[in-house]
Amino acid sequence: MSDIVLETRGLVKEFGGLRAVDGVDFVLRRGELRCLIGPNGAGKSTFFHLLAGTLRPTAGGIRFKDLDLTRLEPHEIARAGMGIKFQVPRVYDQLPVAENLWLSAHVRHGRAAAGTVADRVLDEIRFLQHRNTPVGHLSHGDRQWVEIGMVLAAEPELILLDEPTAGMTHAEARRTADLVREINRRATVIVVEHDMDFVRHLAAGVTVLHRGAILAQGSMDEIRDNPVVRDIYLGKRRRASGPPTNSD
Amino acid sequence: MALAALPFLLSLFQVVQLTVFMIFCLLALSLDLIWGFGGILSFGQAAFFGVGGYAYGVIGINSGRTALAVVAAVVAAALLAALLGYFTFYGRVGAMYFAVITLTVTLILHQVMGSTADPRYAVGAARLGGYNGMTNIPSLALELPGRPSIVLEPVPLFYAVGATLLLIVALCRALVRSSFGRVLRAIREDERRTELLGYDIRWRKLLTFVISGGIAGLAGGLFAGWGNFVNPQVFSLSQSALVVIWVMVGGRGTLYGAVAGTLVVQFLTNYLGAASVTYTTVLLGVALVLIVLLFPRGLVPSLGLAARRLALGLAQAPPAEDSGPA
Repeated sequence: MSDIVLETRGLVKEFGGLRAVDGVDFVLRRGELRCLIGPNGAGKSTFFHLLAGTLRPTAGGIRFKDLDLTRLEPHEIARAGMGIKFQVPRVYDQLPVAENLWLSAHVRHGRAAAGTVADRVLDEIRFLQHRNTPVGHLSHGDRQWVEIGMVLAAEPELILLDEPTAGMTHAEARRTADLVREINRRATVIVVEHDMDFVRHLAAGVTVLHRGAILAQGSMDEIRDNPVVRDIYLGKRRRASGPPTNSD
Repeated sequence: MALAALPFLLSLFQVVQLTVFMIFCLLALSLDLIWGFGGILSFGQAAFFGVGGYAYGVIGINSGRTALAVVAAVVAAALLAALLGYFTFYGRVGAMYFAVITLTVTLILHQVMGSTADPRYAVGAARLGGYNGMTNIPSLALELPGRPSIVLEPVPLFYAVGATLLLIVALCRALVRSSFGRVLRAIREDERRTELLGYDIRWRKLLTFVISGGIAGLAGGLFAGWGNFVNPQVFSLSQSALVVIWVMVGGRGTLYGAVAGTLVVQFLTNYLGAASVTYTTVLLGVALVLIVLLFPRGLVPSLGLAARRLALGLAQAPPAEDSGPA
């Protein structure tokens, strides 16, 4: 098996006349941690949904390991080892925290081991005291954590995180960054993020999307020095909202 | 159990009434399984009930063997559910459309069975009979090999139906408590999320719907065997809505709620009817509206919650609601 985990070729998604994703060639190697950034409407979310299988591409292909994802159902993609965390936490609000984790662990580990795995993750995200609390009673930030826990419990090979720090305090975001790096030791990770501070803290490779296409790729420093990126994304923000270190 | 003593306390008429209420409880259970646990509102339970009734009639009249006829009722209803469920769940039809489709199928059956008055419409010796219905359906009987079958008198029938109800409740309980049931609840809470965790929700919904249809068919078969009669009214709009009302009043997602709701609504209907109040349906309507307003989650969950609060007393316990008192 090659060390390329995920590869998209000429990926296109059209909505009516709009090309939300316009010919993206994207390669991700095993063990990588990659941040996907770009201004609003750049196609990040659409790209994310194409990978998860919740949207079907208009053209182009997606390979995950040796699988052609465009032919698989979303549940088959998940079973193949892809874990997804949505922008708005998508958790079972009526069910207790432990049940949320159990449901996720059960897919990969089966009935016998699911309870043990759920307990371990409960400890890992430091939610032991909330074991029997319905997730709906938790704060927004805590619900984010539950969803991250659900991803961990499934032990996926590739993890997609859509704005994991949305709605978190600065301290919580830092903690999440540490956790993402920790997760990255076990799995390949793609993070869609707005928070530049968070991206910098992750010290990961960065892919910039703009108008549905890849504008630039490289380290955070390279991206920051890229004049085109500065112009369309960082630069504009800087002019608009003060010092660059504080952008978004 | 108190249930076992009831026939000694009640009149024969009441025993017969209670028997059919328990048959309706089965029908309500079938809806609670798919709606209360699967989150899929089906208006088609009356269709499965009716198909079960007609299947029991056709097989019962032609073979004279009522046990076989009950099996046929379950199988026919389950097959219809499988067919309907396959196309809707695998075709990813939305929840709203699903409810409409199931209702439509029920009403189509109403029309179709209503236009079978001509004697040509018969399966073997069983005439479908149009809106007059199918008559001379054999009563449920105890059939042991090598012995003449014994038709169940009202009291033995009461016990037989009661035992069936208890058995089905126990099986449903086991089902919703199994890991299958836990995943089913997850589907009810968020279908997409469950799918993205790696669960194939389509066959799970289909299987649940088939089981639910089979239970409704069983109820229909027992109903035909109880009354020796089935007519297209079983497919009517009011019958379809009634099943939903039973479960709504009792509270969904509890199993016991479906049973309690059916009994409350049916006793109320009977009482108001027997008290020869002029506006029976109006009063019944008012009563149902009040119940839904006072107990929006249904009688059983609301009373259960109240009992728990009472038990907790003034203790500073957190308002912990469990995932559903299955």
